[in-house]
Amino acid sequence: MSGPVVASAFPSLLHGEHEQELRASVRRLLTDRAEWRSVLARTESDAPQDLATWQLLASQTGIAALPVPEELGGAGASWRETATVAEELGRSIAPVPFLGSAVLATAALLSAGETQLLAQLASGERTATLAVPLSTWPGSDRAWTVTASGSALTGTVTSVVDAREADVVLVPADGPDGPSLWAVEQFDVSPRTSLDMTRPLGDVTLTGATGRLVASGQAARTAVDDALTVGAAMLASEQLGLAEQCLDTTVAYVKTRFQFGRPIGSYQGLKHRLANLYVEVTRARAVARYAAACVAHGDPDTAVAVAVAASLCSDVAVLAAEECVQMHGGIGFTWEHPAHLWLKRAKADQIALGTPDRHQGTLAGLVELPVA
Amino acid sequence: MTATSTDVDSLLGRVQQLLDEHPPATTDRLEFLRAQYDAGLAWVHFPQGHGGLGLPRLQQLAVDEALRQAGAPTNNPRSIGIGLGMAAPTILAFGNEEQRTRWLRPLWTGEQVWCQLFSEPGAGSDLAALGTRAVREADGWIVNGQKVWTSMAHEADWGILVTRTDPDVPKHRGMTYFGCNMHDPGVEVRPLRQATGEAEFNEVFLTDVRIPDTDRIGEVGDGWRVATGTLMNERVAIGNASAPREGGMLGMVTQAWRDRPEARTPGLHADLMDLWVRAEGTRITGERLRQQMTAGQPGPEGSAAKLMFSDLNQALSGLLLEVLGEDGLAYDDWTMRRPTEVNFSGARSGYSYLRAKGNSIEGGTTEILLNIVAERVLGLPGEVRVDKDQPWKDLPR
Ligand SMILES: Cc1cc2nc3c(=O)[nH]c(=O)nc-3n(C[C@H](O)[C@H](O)[C@H](O)COP(=O)(O)OP(=O)(O)OC[C@H]3O[C@@H](n4cnc5c(N)ncnc54)[C@H](O)[C@@H]3O)c2cc1C
Repeated sequence: MSGPVVASAFPSLLHGEHEQELRASVRRLLTDRAEWRSVLARTESDAPQDLATWQLLASQTGIAALPVPEELGGAGASWRETATVAEELGRSIAPVPFLGSAVLATAALLSAGETQLLAQLASGERTATLAVPLSTWPGSDRAWTVTASGSALTGTVTSVVDAREADVVLVPADGPDGPSLWAVEQFDVSPRTSLDMTRPLGDVTLTGATGRLVASGQAARTAVDDALTVGAAMLASEQLGLAEQCLDTTVAYVKTRFQFGRPIGSYQGLKHRLANLYVEVTRARAVARYAAACVAHGDPDTAVAVAVAASLCSDVAVLAAEECVQMHGGIGFTWEHPAHLWLKRAKADQIALGTPDRHQGTLAGLVELPVA
Repeated sequence: MTATSTDVDSLLGRVQQLLDEHPPATTDRLEFLRAQYDAGLAWVHFPQGHGGLGLPRLQQLAVDEALRQAGAPTNNPRSIGIGLGMAAPTILAFGNEEQRTRWLRPLWTGEQVWCQLFSEPGAGSDLAALGTRAVREADGWIVNGQKVWTSMAHEADWGILVTRTDPDVPKHRGMTYFGCNMHDPGVEVRPLRQATGEAEFNEVFLTDVRIPDTDRIGEVGDGWRVATGTLMNERVAIGNASAPREGGMLGMVTQAWRDRPEARTPGLHADLMDLWVRAEGTRITGERLRQQMTAGQPGPEGSAAKLMFSDLNQALSGLLLEVLGEDGLAYDDWTMRRPTEVNFSGARSGYSYLRAKGNSIEGGTTEILLNIVAERVLGLPGEVRVDKDQPWKDLPR
């Protein structure tokens, strides 16, 4: 019988007790170390990434180890817990190499069955990233730009996330022997000026660098695609956290800001939009949870779940950030209020790992609804 | 009322005479601009003696085109937009003859730059709640208070300023409007950085600023009426830029679309075509609005045009980043700068996206403009007002 795959039973879409505890400890640490003013100041410093906070997060809360099995040096939890952490990082926009190292690189290594580097990433002692442009989406057929000749790698990959401070980059390459994925330690990064000031991007260049082979042939392609799929799912949770932050901050503001002798939150022109945003965030929370649960357990519905979550959460985060700016009026447009940092993160996240229309394109294929 | 061909002929005759007497190639820029003003060719819809000829506004287009072809200098309208769009119409409508003569000519030539000292930290949408105090003394006023979001104050010689002169009456009644000399020692301008990285606007602190009574615009206590006049002009100015088809933000998106086949998806295409149609509709609406103004029937459509403009600018600049994909993740420069002109959209993708967010805040927020359309145009009942009849000093804050 033809027709789309239908999920039979839903996994839990709630945050378990353990996840709530994890959330609380991550939030405590971030409140302490990544207050928005210090995050903003860091964006214009020589060290745009906060590796000290990353190491503390890894050692005290174990967030880099969550999806890694215990026998491989991990915590033996799952991508669900990682997604909860992503929500908190979306709230705080702390500039730590979570997406590059704990999500993209970790997912690629797990998929490829690599164990050595995986353990080092899990402990936070080293960081890595996956060398693809951050705008790449799962299933993208864009050609890889690095060429392997033997184990010598040459080429440039643009707009790589978390590359500048990474100890290792995982480089997808093409060559006479077909596709391959390499762990490389000698590479140059030229930083880019990013729209999202709190998530630095860089162009990674390899000139005959020696790599250690992580996967080859179809396994290399699968590792990259798995990483992008997990990445899009985790990003949806980050977008959820960011949207919640924008909503909460705006709700608090409209209760205390008076114009025309009344709190501005008493005007239906704002009130209804905030209520609407709450509705959207509610939907985003459900689909982000579902996508996280699907990738955590390798559910057959994963591809659909991720396409839905990426497509909805991207737009909800942008809407939330845009409403946050608008409802703050002039103050929301200044450098001296965090709204602009959230707006930049939300807009960049909408493009990262595939714009909503790319995910909808994928979805159209999966659920057999052709465009023409 | 449309211009007859004889009107236009005699107008172009005047232009030719200006060009003959002051050949652009050999005339100093400022000298030319002053001569253009004195010939009534600065803004032909202004009265004679104040840079105009009392003609329909649209005829200025013919003048500007003829001057452009002759290589005449311009007054760099973009760098003096607040003066041209807001201060000038206010001075014309509410100033006295001495003030018009003193202020309008250097305003138009760009010798004196104007800014708008309206918003305060506690009074944005509710401008009439403002608290900057002007107190009468022997031959003038002493002003104390703080203004905020003041675009281009760092470049300005004068500011249009609304103050509170009587705190004991309801807020709309106790205000008075002035021209404020920005070079007074009591005026302090501090840059205020914005989301784009630069500081286009400022905080302005007014400490014992002395304003002679001759710089008061309108009657004492009549400041609200004058300010409302200014705001109507501001909204028209922001929503009124004439553009060719696919001009402005739309042009940036269509170019990206044509240049980047690999970026095209059915979803983005649907968004693009929807915005194309809305942009074209907005452009034609702007054209119609100009014709209405020329015909002497300015309507409430000014508010509608500003709403369309800010909506479109935001939607288009947002779509542009999605079309650009990887390039949309980049920004050119966060360095703190102090621009010399207001640019409502910008020509760089990331900047445009961020700057456009200001369009629905500056010049009256979208919500306030929607209230104006709903209440003043559609006649819908207003919000329950708690602040209308109380003395300003007793208002809830
Ligand atoms: C780029 C830029 C340039 C500017 N330049 C100048 C300048 O040169 N000179 C100057 O004087 N000012 C300037 N402003 C200030 C601008 O006019 C004010 O920011 C604006 O009027 C809003 O006031 P506010 O910032 O206090 O916001 P608030 O009035 O506090 O508004 C906050 C939110 O509440 C909403 N709101 C308020 N009242 C209502 C209501 N009754 N119903 C529904 N919603 C409501 C608003 O729409 C907004 O979304 C500029 C602003 C920007 C962003």
